[in-house]
Amino acid sequence: MASQILYALPFLAKGFALTLWVSFLVVTLSLVAGVLLGVGLVYGPAPLRWAVRIFSDTIRGIPILVLMFFVYYGLPAIGLHLPSFWAAVLALTLFKTAQVIEYLRGAVASIPKGQSEAAMAIGLTFRQRLTSVIFPQAFRRFLPPWINGVTDAVKGSALVSLLGITDLMQAINQVIGRTYEAMPLYILGALIYFAVNYALSLASRRLERRFAFIRE
Amino acid sequence: MSDATNASPALLDVHDVSKAFGAVEVLRSVSLQVKRGEVVTVIGPSGSGKTTLLRCVNFLESYDSGSIRIDGKEVGYREAGTRRRRSERDLAAMRAETGMVFQSFNLFPHLTAAGNIMLGLTKVRGKSQTEARQIAEHWLGRVGLAHKADSLPAELSGGQQQRVGIARAVAMEPKILLLDEITSALDPELVGEVLAVVRSLAEDGMTMLMVTHEMAFARDASSRIVFMADGGVSAVGPPKEILAAETSNERLRTFLARFRASHF
Repeated sequence: MASQILYALPFLAKGFALTLWVSFLVVTLSLVAGVLLGVGLVYGPAPLRWAVRIFSDTIRGIPILVLMFFVYYGLPAIGLHLPSFWAAVLALTLFKTAQVIEYLRGAVASIPKGQSEAAMAIGLTFRQRLTSVIFPQAFRRFLPPWINGVTDAVKGSALVSLLGITDLMQAINQVIGRTYEAMPLYILGALIYFAVNYALSLASRRLERRFAFIRE
Repeated sequence: MSDATNASPALLDVHDVSKAFGAVEVLRSVSLQVKRGEVVTVIGPSGSGKTTLLRCVNFLESYDSGSIRIDGKEVGYREAGTRRRRSERDLAAMRAETGMVFQSFNLFPHLTAAGNIMLGLTKVRGKSQTEARQIAEHWLGRVGLAHKADSLPAELSGGQQQRVGIARAVAMEPKILLLDEITSALDPELVGEVLAVVRSLAEDGMTMLMVTHEMAFARDASSRIVFMADGGVSAVGPPKEILAAETSNERLRTFLARFRASHF
């Protein structure tokens, strides 16, 4: 049994690499899109605010799995054929983006109005107020839910296996298919996911402490 | 209102400004001039529009009609009479010419005392870090906080925070300093240290428009006192005249009587 699993390790490693790659893409793309749209939601003109609000509420109301199948199997109906890998990344990114929008909105809303006013009063422009006053403070509030969301993204990336993509989850299933060693392999898989996410939350805690405004 | 007709042009000229929040008229055709070097204090019952007026001067609030000029330049709108707001960039540049100190300090909690002062100097005035730091240290010295340059706001007392707030505003060398009930959030024993700083700035000739409930300070430090009631200017004059117990202005008399009753 042990030798069979050892023999499968390189294959599992490849799956793991793909899991990390999908997670990285989803987390990065959703961070950029979510922050931009989140700023639009908080500060944009009314039509933009409505559009972002509708987008966010709609996406968050749909199970990721439905979203993924919709992108992969549904969009070809309107002529958009995405390879399974990119369909999965797009669906997960849309989902994550909606969450990032809400984290950003909440974090910015938590900064007292007096901060913007003080920044205005010394003559900072809108962009300077955001980058020098609002974001540095909002970052501290944004970080904990966002890191939580990152670990969700890593775990949620296992769904791409349902589009036949060989990520860690799919690789494990395939090895089980050959070896019938379900228990040890699922434990191995769980340990790997856990290790990644535990490392992320440790890093998060260190970051949070670094950005506290009170020295300890 | 003898001062309004004085020949020297006003640094701040508020002319016939009105503003309503929905059906509530918060400013009713307010006119007010502040000359260079003057310290004008605004007193009046709460809800009389004092703070709103102050916030209109640096356009933290817009107003519905009238004009506000600093050094002859219209503040928030492109020209008098039109309601076209200035561009974001223009507004920022206009605001840099007025300093504001807030009731709740509003220091930037993620920056040190020096960092709070340096932000406007580097981003708005284009000073180098070194130069900005020197200016920050100079002003921290002036407000008696040279030793707190590297403290975060959370590590300072209320009075110290407010003194940093004042240093942050004056370091920008504004044409006029707006002070909005700057001692109202302070414990009584901390009020004195903040007012002492304001007094020393006044002695240096800083032009100030100050909303305050500190009557003794208004009496001793201001060139003129403006009494506001119901969104309008009810009386303007030198402290002696305004704070005289036998004033013929009934609103003012009531206000002063109530004030004396609660403070002595």
